[in-house]
Amino acid sequence: MTGTLTTTQMIFGRLTWDSFPWHEPIVVATFCAVVLGGAAVVGALTYFRLWGYLWKEWFTSVDHKKIGIMYMVLGLIMFLRGFADAIMMRLQQAWAFNGSEGYLNAHHYDQVFTAHGVIMIFFVAMPFITGLMNYIVPLQIGARDVSFPFLNNFSFWMTTGGAVLVMCSLFLGEFAQTGWLAYPPLSGIDYSPATGVDYYIWALQVAGVGTTLSGINLIATIVKMRAPGMSLMKMPVFTWTSLCANVLIVASFPILTATLVLLSLDRYVGTNFFTNDFGGNPMMYVNLIWIWGHPEVYILILPLFGVFSEVVSTFCSKRLFGYTSMVYATCTIMVLSYLVWLHHFFTMGSGASVNSFFGITTMIISIPTGAKLFNWLFTMYRGRIRFELPMMWAVAFMLTFTVGGMTGVLLAVPPADFVLHNSLFLIAHFHNVIIGGVLFGLFAAINYWWPKAFGFRLNQFWGKVSFWCWNIGFWLAFGPLYVLGLMGVTRRMRVFDDPSLQIWFIIAAIGAAIIAAGIGAMLIQFAWSIWKRKELAVEGDPWDGRTLEWATSSPPPEYNFAFTPVVHDADSWADMKKHGYQRPLSGFKAIHMPSSTGTGVILAALSTLCGFALIWYIWWLAGLGFIGIVAVAIAHTFNYKRDFYIPVEEVTRTEEERTRILAAGV
Amino acid sequence: MSQPHSPLRIRLLRWSAPILAAPLAGCNWVVMNPSGDIALQQRDLILISTALMLLIVLPVMALVVVFALRYRATNRATDADYDPDWDHSTKLELLIWSAPLLIIIALGALTWVSTHKLDPYRPLDRIDAKTAIDPKVKPMTVEVVALDWKWLFIYPDLGVATVNELVLPANVPVRFDITASTVMNSFYVPELAGQIYAMPGMKTQLHAVANKPVTGTGFSANYSGAGFTHMRFGYKAMDKAGFDAWAARVKASRAALDRNVYLALARPSEKAPVAYFGATDPKLFDAVVNLCPKPGQRCMSELMHVDMMGGAGKESAHDTQGLQYDVPNSHVIEQSDQNKGQETAPDAPGAPGPHHEPAIDHSNHSGADAHAQHR
Repeated sequence: MTGTLTTTQMIFGRLTWDSFPWHEPIVVATFCAVVLGGAAVVGALTYFRLWGYLWKEWFTSVDHKKIGIMYMVLGLIMFLRGFADAIMMRLQQAWAFNGSEGYLNAHHYDQVFTAHGVIMIFFVAMPFITGLMNYIVPLQIGARDVSFPFLNNFSFWMTTGGAVLVMCSLFLGEFAQTGWLAYPPLSGIDYSPATGVDYYIWALQVAGVGTTLSGINLIATIVKMRAPGMSLMKMPVFTWTSLCANVLIVASFPILTATLVLLSLDRYVGTNFFTNDFGGNPMMYVNLIWIWGHPEVYILILPLFGVFSEVVSTFCSKRLFGYTSMVYATCTIMVLSYLVWLHHFFTMGSGASVNSFFGITTMIISIPTGAKLFNWLFTMYRGRIRFELPMMWAVAFMLTFTVGGMTGVLLAVPPADFVLHNSLFLIAHFHNVIIGGVLFGLFAAINYWWPKAFGFRLNQFWGKVSFWCWNIGFWLAFGPLYVLGLMGVTRRMRVFDDPSLQIWFIIAAIGAAIIAAGIGAMLIQFAWSIWKRKELAVEGDPWDGRTLEWATSSPPPEYNFAFTPVVHDADSWADMKKHGYQRPLSGFKAIHMPSSTGTGVILAALSTLCGFALIWYIWWLAGLGFIGIVAVAIAHTFNYKRDFYIPVEEVTRTEEERTRILAAGV
Repeated sequence: MSQPHSPLRIRLLRWSAPILAAPLAGCNWVVMNPSGDIALQQRDLILISTALMLLIVLPVMALVVVFALRYRATNRATDADYDPDWDHSTKLELLIWSAPLLIIIALGALTWVSTHKLDPYRPLDRIDAKTAIDPKVKPMTVEVVALDWKWLFIYPDLGVATVNELVLPANVPVRFDITASTVMNSFYVPELAGQIYAMPGMKTQLHAVANKPVTGTGFSANYSGAGFTHMRFGYKAMDKAGFDAWAARVKASRAALDRNVYLALARPSEKAPVAYFGATDPKLFDAVVNLCPKPGQRCMSELMHVDMMGGAGKESAHDTQGLQYDVPNSHVIEQSDQNKGQETAPDAPGAPGPHHEPAIDHSNHSGADAHAQHR
């Protein structure tokens, strides 16, 4: 059988009718829903003739603000998918007791928990923070765009390409059944021969290109494009944390890429890097993937630490306490995050000294993190705290994250980890820091900067409903998991023997349902606020902001700032306001801006196609896709229409319009 | 008038009591209440570390709440305190860096000491808090092999083996030698001691002791494929008499664990029943660790020896006969193998029936596995 290929196999690789999961009713139902929903969206777009608008104004745009918003939309869509997976798991685990196998078989359930992890980290958290940095950083440093605007657009579409591949796996073939980090030898070709791991590899590789490039882009932007006067120690804290997060991205994502390349070589050409036989070493993969994986969690949390710094300082109407120590704490965390990876596998059997070393370095990270917390605390001290939604999220974060941090340090004690590793206690811990830190931070950021991006506030009522649902739901969903972990219940279980555990899983499921209500409330909040946008409309600076992004209009004009601001202080906008800053009303000049281009979309589409072909062994298509990528990339270098000038009349018109609005407001 | 309501209330209470009480009473917080000395020390470490951290965590959380309430904008009482430009205090900075530092120094010292003391590789020097033993005394050995998806325990000192049942004598130090047949698992008996990974081609160790007779479960704590969820085994600690009686019962089984039986056993199966083997191949565990349980396979130890002696020359690059261990599609349960476990049931007469040819036949996997072309 091995030598001959039929024509069908030549054309379709291993793609056959059987690759569609006809026999999985849940998947078929989902598929129908997606097709109907998709058809409705496409129909509506066509009916309202929005395709041209979307393509010209959004898809091909190199404006960092629009790309930032598209990242957020991508993150939100994938968040709904990842959360659907979470609900399925909670339901299965609450159900599968007393001899019942639940409603998911191993094949389906194992894909669900793998997809949940992969999606939430790579296609929810990463797009969200990248989108946030994309939108805010250039504004905070007084720049008109990022350093490499085309690259930015390309990065976004590569991330989207990865997400498309993950979504494909739902309806075509299967996703990995390996856990979100795909440890070999289980993820090797002999133990996972189907398409699952290949989807995993190529989704992450395609998206990884985007992440790495956007990291490079933002570092260059922050280093080279700050407004005059903004020395490093006068940068807003969010920009500082973004800089550190992007340094981590650039230094760690190549490791992930290389590790996955080695795994692909094992799977595609029969090398033996991570196999059991021929001298392969799966332990090496585990080390490598966590050398990327641990910095990754700091990539996620650092920018949100920045968000909290901005939010706390703004809503306390007070300078951030200990700016310098905040910056040093961030940099310390950045460096230390590379020295702790082994704490993810103390149980692998390293010696006591190695384990102690990594345990202690892990604990040391809690010192700068603790210092940050104290800094926020003392920012509140003698402040005048306005409890708007962003500040509520910040306080909730401080309380929730502290608990998560504490259980994290506990897990860093190797002998304690021996009993808690891989248990639901661990699951509770990292959801405690990722939901309590990353997600709460994102919600604070969305509520804080939404008026910046759209010119109107978010509705308070639905925001508060969402806030309380999330906070209560979180503890109901993950409190029981802490308890279950202490009962010796481990992760990724599908069926349970001990009926006394069921009550805890039922409580957890109720918690998840309340979180679902919180997500619903948030969607209502968005929709309601868009509906009532006239009533919620704001001027440029609704929160009495302290940093440069509030110095321009909300939403900012395409060029961000008509004149590049000059900075004298870390809280530059507060400083400008204090010293009676007068907005210039004349003397505008034409502004040099980058032009839109569709090349990013095309390149990413070809990359996705190439990845898809590799997953299904459609070699001709993969080759064609690759040639296409190279050809389009070369052709793009001959595109000399890369920039244009916004004419001075248009700038003047925009600025005068703003002058009129400001005068009417005052 | 409350009379008519009472039965309802009582009924409601009776109905809901188990649900309300179940979370607290019905469950065994085994990690917090284990019966083995190592797990007990690990439990203590969790409690001490938590207490240490609460020293700083509780005040911080309290301060967050206090400051949030006290300095809220609507609280006019603190208006006079408002100081928008106050952003530095050297004393406070010293405090906020040194307080966590002190806690971490204490916790770090505790970590260093306890990690060395509770190193799974370290022979025990005590049976429990009161009874010291000489670490040079040879512990009882149990060889553990994580198979797809069941556990094989070989007792080399007794020359017996079991599937999915681990029985230990109380108050006897035990050394587990742990490996796996195909993919990574984690050997975990919460009653006894923390987990350690079971990895193919590698041997990890765990020293532990059971301190009182108890019945519990052990399992794989690391996801290993479709049958993972059922990869559990019964764990029993018994007093000496009970253990000896159990050992005699296993010894009496006429089933013998030779290479062929092992290879049949190693094929993927779920919910394999408990099985006893009265005799075992003493070299089996070493062969499994060295990836050569199958006749004709070359052992890693042998290859490493060749390498150590300077290698076997260039031509050996092509001499790959017997080196392949991973085989395509070896992680799925074949329908005909569903009741494989039955063959090795305790009362099976003699060695298991007609031995299946070991799972591998290189020329005979389906064409769908394009990778096979490369091998």
